[in-house]
This record gives sequence, structure tokens and C-alpha cells, in this order.
Amino acid sequence: MNATPAMSSADVIAARLYMRRRIVNGIGLVFAMASTLFGLFWLAWILWTTFSRGIAALSPAIFTKMTPPPGDAGGLANAFYGSMMICALAIAIGAPIGIAAGTFLAEYAKKSRLGEVIRFVNDILLSAPSIVLGMFVYTVVVRTVGHYSGLSGALALALIVLPVVVRTTDEMLQLVPSAMREAGLSLGVPQWKVTMQVLYRAALPGIVTGVLLALARISGETAPLLFTAFDNQFWSSNVGQPLASVPVVIYKFAMSADDGWKALAWAGAFIVTLFVLALSLISRAILLRNKVPND
Amino acid sequence: MTDVHMSNVALITPAPGAPAATASAPKMAARNLDFYYDKFHALKNVSFDIAEKKVTALIGPSGCGKSTLLRIFNRIYSIYPKLRAEGQALLDGDNILDPRYPLNRLRSKVGMVFQKPVPFPMSIYENIAYAIRHYEKLSRSDLDARVEEALHQGALWGEVKDKLKQSALGLSGGQQQRLCIARAVALKPEVILLDEPTSALDPIATGKIEQLIEELKERYTIAIVTHNMQQASRVSDYTAFMYLGELIEFGDTTTIFENPTKKMTEDYITGRYG
Repeated sequence: MNATPAMSSADVIAARLYMRRRIVNGIGLVFAMASTLFGLFWLAWILWTTFSRGIAALSPAIFTKMTPPPGDAGGLANAFYGSMMICALAIAIGAPIGIAAGTFLAEYAKKSRLGEVIRFVNDILLSAPSIVLGMFVYTVVVRTVGHYSGLSGALALALIVLPVVVRTTDEMLQLVPSAMREAGLSLGVPQWKVTMQVLYRAALPGIVTGVLLALARISGETAPLLFTAFDNQFWSSNVGQPLASVPVVIYKFAMSADDGWKALAWAGAFIVTLFVLALSLISRAILLRNKVPND
Repeated sequence: MTDVHMSNVALITPAPGAPAATASAPKMAARNLDFYYDKFHALKNVSFDIAEKKVTALIGPSGCGKSTLLRIFNRIYSIYPKLRAEGQALLDGDNILDPRYPLNRLRSKVGMVFQKPVPFPMSIYENIAYAIRHYEKLSRSDLDARVEEALHQGALWGEVKDKLKQSALGLSGGQQQRLCIARAVALKPEVILLDEPTSALDPIATGKIEQLIEELKERYTIAIVTHNMQQASRVSDYTAFMYLGELIEFGDTTTIFENPTKKMTEDYITGRYG
């Protein structure tokens, strides 16, 4: 105080307030950084464990040999192939329906009551536990047909894909400036053509990203496959029959006492993680490179 | 403030059918036009003419309804719910607000350019060809010629002739806006509506667009909404001054700017409000 004898009482109050704010700011910053570190710590640990154990278990046989009986050597070839088919089918079923529904919401229903109701229901489906979707398909398809099948697994996963794609398509189309719709329509081009030929182009990176993220989400799903696609120890490309998939094999092998099976589970987990990571990076890159022209 | 009863002001334009400021019949016209955004009464009993192959400017402060009025002339407002127009908007004497008036015919005759340049996310060539293809089946070479002609008319050909296959999104704002004008004229319309076409552009790009408007009026009837009064006085032959949804004064641009009859017009033009 003695260094600045001219300080008025208002200055003193201001100086105290400033000090107080700096202290509160400092405390807040420490908490925020600690929370971030806490979250990152577990993520790093999980990734480290998956990568170190997974890489240790990797071998060419993983991609060439079938899932073995306990005690034997083997690979995950049938599980990879099964997963690929189930996921591809799920996307093939879920994505077109999702894009169509999202388009309806963004371009036709807009902010109407019907649109808002559909969005609400879609959000419920989005947050529905995946095991419930699996049970639903089990009851409706598997019980009716009488046996497990890759197709029923794909249907269960399509139900997960659907709301994700509906939501991203809806949001990405809404991001396209309305001036672009007006420009298209003012040329006398009908709305469906403007949507398909102009708006889809503008929203494409976003829609593709939505589909990729949906793929990332289903490629690790286990619960809905347990009682739909089930499992298959052998090579099979018949989607009408039970199919092996990587997550289900991981689930089965990781819980066994057999060391060979455990190693295969780690290898599978590593590759699925890598796949999901790659998908996230790719979709990020697509979004960054092609930003929707907006305000 | 004098309490002018402004709904009478619209009577300065002649009755339907009678010639207005021009000798011939107007290309487009509004007759007792009212417009509603749901319950908000945005245009009140507006009547005026858009003369053929002339530039008609709509001026007035923000919210006066000038863009609303322009957007009636190709019915672009109709894509939004709860908007409705009453009265008549005429194109060659036909009421375009009649639901039986075919929308695609209207929009092929009345093109529009918006405030913000909105090139489609495709190549420069495709931006033009897209619109043409919707109406005509042309051979490759005919289409090429039409695209070139449109880009010439948009005063853009010299700048883009070597990069027709490149994305239109890579053009500058001013070039994008001229591309939008070229896209509109590619359909060989009769009327072009310009909704504040230069408000997002720098002075140099604005100058090019104004020069372009000068050239385009040789062939097309033009209606332009502008915030910029100098622009209105530079480019237009007729000017309509609007305030709070009413047409206050309409006449040839020189008269409106140099010798307006209404005090409100004079106040606005001399910058006393707006």
C-alpha cells in the first residue's frame, strides 16, 4: 500500500475484486485440468493395455485361420469375415432408410409438430440400450424363423445405425443455408430435384461422416449379436445361418481360462479398436476438408 | 410528424390496364397487393409497375417490405409455411398468384439473384449447365455454347474460361455473384429479380455488378432491392420508396431523387432516417 499512496478506496475495492477473481479463476482452472487428466488417464490406460496385449497376440494366422477349439492354435478369420458381412448389411439396410427419413425431417417436415415428434422418437431410439434392440429382433425375427442368422444380427445393428444416420442427415441438411434452396427453387427446379442434386452435394461430407460414425458404433456392438447372429466356429458366408463376429468371439474368448483364446480376444479387441479409431479419424478429416458452406 | 394516411398513397399508380410511367404496358405489376407473415401484415395495398427492359429499384429502410415485395414476383415466398399474398401480381397481364399459374413457367421467366452469393457445390460449368438441363435437352456442343453465352452475359467468361471444371466455391464473392447472375440468365428469362445483390460485396465487385446491370437491361426487365441509395440512383430508371409495408412514392428515379413529392421520401433520401 505504501508504494501507491494515491490509491483511493474505490481503487482498493477494485484491486481486491481483481485479486479475488484471479484466485477463483486459478481454482477453476486447476479443477478443469484435473478432470481432463482424470478422463485422459483411463483412456490412455485402456488404449495402452489393448495395444500392448493386442500387438503381442498378433500373427498372420489371425487373418487366415478359423476360431479354434480350446487348447488349439487358430485365428479369427471367420469372425472378421462375419463381422464384415453383418456390418455391411446393417449399413446397407440402415443408412438408406436413415438418409431418407433425415431428408424428410429436414426438407419436408421441418419444424412442424410431426417433425418434432419424429425427432423425439428418433432420439429415444438413439439412446435405447442395444441389448433391447437385440431382444426385439430375437423375438420378432429369430423366434419366428426358428434359428439364429447373420441377417437377424444385421437387422439388430441396422436399428442402431438408423437413428444415428437420421439425426446426422437431418442436422447436416439443416446446416445448408436456406438461400441455396431458394436459389435452386427459383430456377424452377422442383424441390425433390434440388434436394437430390444440390442439397445432398452440400451436405454429403456430413452425411458420409454420420454413416461412418454409425459403422464405428456397430463394429464393436456385442449384446445385440449374442442372440441374433450368435456365433459360428467355422467359415461361413451364409447370412441365413449363424455367423461369427469379432465382438462375440472376444466376449466368449476373454471369459475363458484358455490362454490361446485370451490372446485371440486381445488381438480381436486391438483390431476393432484400431478400426474404430481409423473411422473416427477419416470422418474428422472429411468434415474438416469439406466444410458445409455456411454463414 | 404529420399523420399521413398512407393507404391512399398507392393510388398514385394508375388503375389496372392503364399505362403507368411507361408508354407501353408494364412487364410486371403489383395491384392492391397485401402480404402476411402469419398474422403480421407486411405489405399494405401496394400497387406499382415494373417497366419492360428498364431497371426498377425498391428502396426503403430495413423491414419496410421491399424484399418481401420482390420475393412475391417469382413466388419464392411460397416455400415457407404461413406466408400468404393477397391481391394481384401480374406478369404480362396474367396474375401469377393464381394457383393455376404454372410455377415452373413463372420461374423460368422470372429469375432471381440473392443477397448472399449461393453457387451450387459443383463446378463452374455445372452451375450453369444444371439449370439449362432442367428445361432443355441439348447436345454437348450446344450446351457448351449456352454455358459460354451465359458466362459472357454474366461478365465472367474471361475470368473462368480456363477453369470451368473447377469448383464454383473457389471463386471470390464477386465472381460467385456474377456466376449466380449468369445462372439466372442462362434460362433466358424475361425478368431478373435482384435482392440486394451487392450488399455482401466490396466496392470493386459492386462496381462490376452495377456495370453488368447496365448491360443486362438491354435484354431483360430488372427489379432490384437495394439498401444503397447511391446504387439506386446510379442503376435504376424507376424507383419505388417503401416504408413500413406501404409504397410511399413511385416514379422515375430522377424525380424521386431530385424532386420527390412526399416529405417522407425526401427525408429518407437526404438521410434523415432509415
